[in-house]
Amino acid sequence: MRAAVIQFPGSNCDRDMAVAIREITGADTSLVWHRETSLPERLDLIAVPGGFSYGDYLRSGAMAARSPVMQAVVEAAGRGVPVLGVCNGFQILTEAGLLPGALMRNASIRFVCRTVKLTVENSQSIFTGGYNAGEEIRIPVAHHDGNYFADDETLDRLEGEGRVAFRYAEPVNGSARNIAGLLNDTGNVLGMMPHPERMIEAVHGGSDGRRLFASLIREIA
Amino acid sequence: MKTRVFVTLKNGVLDPQGKAIHHALEGLGFAGVNDVRAGRLIEIDHEPGVSNTDLEAMCRKLLANMVIENFEIEQA
Repeated sequence: MRAAVIQFPGSNCDRDMAVAIREITGADTSLVWHRETSLPERLDLIAVPGGFSYGDYLRSGAMAARSPVMQAVVEAAGRGVPVLGVCNGFQILTEAGLLPGALMRNASIRFVCRTVKLTVENSQSIFTGGYNAGEEIRIPVAHHDGNYFADDETLDRLEGEGRVAFRYAEPVNGSARNIAGLLNDTGNVLGMMPHPERMIEAVHGGSDGRRLFASLIREIA
Repeated sequence: MKTRVFVTLKNGVLDPQGKAIHHALEGLGFAGVNDVRAGRLIEIDHEPGVSNTDLEAMCRKLLANMVIENFEIEQA
């Protein structure tokens, strides 16, 4: 298995993401700088990590979404390569048009940094196959702009198509319908605000994030 | 040549920053404020050859997120 983690100026979860992917999936994982115009060949996973790319200038993820490497990511996603965006990565994927809607300032206007309970809504995707539908898991969040917004029509469609992967078990940031993680229409792109890579061993206070990466091995290998 | 682009949240999109500003104004004792919506002003200094179509494309591709925002172009 081969994986790439994209690095932008201001990314800060890139190394944690690479460690999680390497440790759990055993994938040959490379870090790819945002100025690259192409990705390593035969990738089985692209991760867009958390952080504050470009200092959140203009809008969170807006500048990163227009950086050269993202064209290659969009093309790869179109070919069916799995793409995982976490936190700032989720914001970047929505700004790049790979996922619908937008992530706005938290309703509380406060930065939220704590472990939250999530409900697994869809356990049929390549990312969530290791969980049971309806299961409650604990994963940390750390964000200022995690308030998911889409119009009601879009939200109804997303729910109807089973594209809500994770929901906050209780309100965290004002997200529409408590959406915490979202799949694209072909199921190979997942964006989520919580950080599974920060919950992969006992010293983290839990390992509920581990199965997300483990699910990918079963699907891909 | 200078153009100003105003980026504002669409109607119906909740604006937590505007709400906080509103509360702060009330805290300072300003009465009679019904609502506050925060937006962004972007000034672009450009050659005269840059057309309105180009400016609109800039807004759609980067300056505004059309899912949640509207833009208005004001030529100086």
